[in-house]
Amino acid sequence: MAKLRLLFSKELQASYISHLDLMRTFQRVFPRGGLELRHSQGFHPHPLISIVLPLPVGQSSDCELLDFEVEQDTDGSGIAELLNTGLPAGLRVRACYRAERPARDLAFLRARLEFDYDDGVPDGTLDALRALFAQSEVLVEKRTKHKKLAQINVIPLLQSVEWGEEPNLVTAELVAAAQNPGLNPALLANAVTSHLPAFAPDFARVRRLELYDAAGNVFR
Amino acid sequence: MDKRLERILPRVQKPARYVGGEYNAVMKDLSQVDTRVAFCFPDTYEIGMSNLGMRILYGVMNNMDGVWCERCFHPWGDMEDEMRRAEIALYALESGDPIGDFDIIAFSVGYEMAFPAMLNMLDLAGVPLRSEDRSVLTPLVIAGGTAMYNCEPIADFIDLALLGEGEEQIVEVVELYRQAKREGWDKHAFLCKACHLDGIYVPSLYDVSYNAEGTVAAIVPKDGAPAKICKRIVTDMDKAYYPAKTIVPSTEIVQDRVTLELFRGCIRGCRFCQAGYVYRPVRNRSKELCAQYARESIEDSGYQEMTLSSLSTSDYRPLVELCDELEPFCERKHLNLSLPSLRADNFSMALMERLQKGRKTGLTFAPEAGTQRLRDTINKNLTEDDLLESCRRAFAGGYSAVKLYFMLGLPTETDEDVAGIADIAAHVMHAWRESAANKARGVRITVSTSWFVPKAHTAFQWEPQISIEEYERRVALLRERINTKTVTYNWHPSPTSFMEAVLSRGDRKLCKVLEIAHRKGAKLDAWEDYFSLPRWLEAFEECGLDPHFYANRTREHGEILPWSHIDVGVTDAFLWREHERAHAGVTTPDCRTQCSGCGANRLIGRVCDG
Repeated sequence: MAKLRLLFSKELQASYISHLDLMRTFQRVFPRGGLELRHSQGFHPHPLISIVLPLPVGQSSDCELLDFEVEQDTDGSGIAELLNTGLPAGLRVRACYRAERPARDLAFLRARLEFDYDDGVPDGTLDALRALFAQSEVLVEKRTKHKKLAQINVIPLLQSVEWGEEPNLVTAELVAAAQNPGLNPALLANAVTSHLPAFAPDFARVRRLELYDAAGNVFR
Repeated sequence: MDKRLERILPRVQKPARYVGGEYNAVMKDLSQVDTRVAFCFPDTYEIGMSNLGMRILYGVMNNMDGVWCERCFHPWGDMEDEMRRAEIALYALESGDPIGDFDIIAFSVGYEMAFPAMLNMLDLAGVPLRSEDRSVLTPLVIAGGTAMYNCEPIADFIDLALLGEGEEQIVEVVELYRQAKREGWDKHAFLCKACHLDGIYVPSLYDVSYNAEGTVAAIVPKDGAPAKICKRIVTDMDKAYYPAKTIVPSTEIVQDRVTLELFRGCIRGCRFCQAGYVYRPVRNRSKELCAQYARESIEDSGYQEMTLSSLSTSDYRPLVELCDELEPFCERKHLNLSLPSLRADNFSMALMERLQKGRKTGLTFAPEAGTQRLRDTINKNLTEDDLLESCRRAFAGGYSAVKLYFMLGLPTETDEDVAGIADIAAHVMHAWRESAANKARGVRITVSTSWFVPKAHTAFQWEPQISIEEYERRVALLRERINTKTVTYNWHPSPTSFMEAVLSRGDRKLCKVLEIAHRKGAKLDAWEDYFSLPRWLEAFEECGLDPHFYANRTREHGEILPWSHIDVGVTDAFLWREHERAHAGVTTPDCRTQCSGCGANRLIGRVCDG
């Protein structure tokens, strides 16, 4: 029996697999590789598998973490190679190892944000964006779990953000709170659309790059 | 990925069904491919991916060198709207390429109500709907599946239909197409050759004329096409391809498990059942091969659930032995076996009790009719004693919910038969009182009725469907008779069943109706979300046709039916004999007890495996 953690990337087609579907997908991936998932002991046993920080549908990531328990005794070596032979396109396991640190230690995430401007980036966009996120309060509407709308201030959740510009594209590399509460980087696009409608992007793309603990060390 | 697609996917429900990339999806190098097939299922991804036939033929075609078969489904309405707005043509999931550029567009159609979805998919692909408007060979539009046993309502849209089981004939059609393409034949030359392949029906090579009252006067073949087209089947199930290595969707589908096909055909001979007639003769897959495929597909897919599938699974002779053989494997793999289509008899109950692990939810039985007289008429050889004994056993074993399925409007049905449905529910209730293991949990008995649709190639193909008013009267009658709170009665106001009755026995005149209904917005009409009866009625009106002519008319014996040139193996004489026996209330024994000489065994040149 072993408690293991997978580090995997999720991109391209796989970025559209929802959280629940991803759990289902992995429940089939493990048996394919000859691994037997442990199940809970209750009246309705369910496989012991959980995703540390679910990724919103449509976003990509280089650093997803999945915790699981298997009946076999293993330190995880060889498992990444084994699983990679039978994954849907866009999923790739980067590492598998014993889960040492509890998921609650995860504090921050670094992400790359891209705003598409199909007709070219309007003059003054970067200055306007920098000014907006330099304020102490930027409210955006967010749908809560109970399907209600709530106003949240993104600034306290945003540790840093660096803006850059490419043809027809504005980029941002940001570090944000990961959980309790966390910030979905896509909300920055909503903030721009509602506060700076003249600079609203045609499309926003998010890619998670790295996870950190509270001290700023990479979280694995 | 297409940038336009990237823009719209975040806005639609369940985008994972529109991107492909699933485990075992077949990718090929285009430089090694000379023939591209878009395998289209005229329903959503979740339904289409649950279809075993589609998985079989996907495997068969992709096993051909130089052929790349990709999948394509009908998008849900939100996605369709987004695609039309962004001018994205219908594309195949594997490559993302528009299917209008493919060599062959092949539809798998199991249900008449999918006809509008077919047309809408062609439209979304930018392909002209009518065969005559596609003057060149490519793309060739073909269709197979059980709805093709009467494909007259879509005869003008498809270039050819594959009748029967596709494993062998699809290869022949694709090879003939490749030859045609290599040698530069025109479309007509190709079709004139194709009509001589076994089981291939080319509608454009038949002239259909009508009598003044609207019935078919004659179906005349031309350009050397055969007068009768006999369906094609796989004669030996042990040599038939089974997709042990098959796609595992990354999003939940309807039948999200391994489907193991035990046999084809059915020994029972229920007179209303189209599948029971058109899948004849019975052909078994050997127990050894079933067990091997079970292991292979579970190992490869990682699924932990498997359905032992067939039209009547308890009729598979070595069923117990197969389950015995699989038991240790299931145990080791935490695998659940499910057995659908079980009969309500002791044998099935014993087997199910053994296989059922963990939660005991509900059981479903389908007595179909409320009295023994009517069950004899439809040849559903199930007695009320059998049913009640099964219920008692289930209740004693801890089950606390039973669903009972019936049809209203079966031929010869009287008010007494309708009331009989309520009586059965009451008797099941009584059985629960007698034998429930735990009365404190209560019991839920659900009675569901559907509106009987007479189908082509059955003993009831000459019968009228009862009118909607009569159907609703019988529903009201039954609702009055069911007066305990423990029995829930479900019925559908379902006008879909009326249109199904029209299309399933329709002729070529309905092509125009379909085309107009499509233009008015008909698409996923198998879904109540999209079905609109007024739209269909308008389309009929514009064509000057009466839908009741198709649904509610009694056909004369000897009348030329729109599907009279289609031979499913079962003889006309046998169907008429069954029709007469139905009206005499005489049952026909199942094929195992006694061969009734239906004629289908000539397709395998031996006695069938019934």
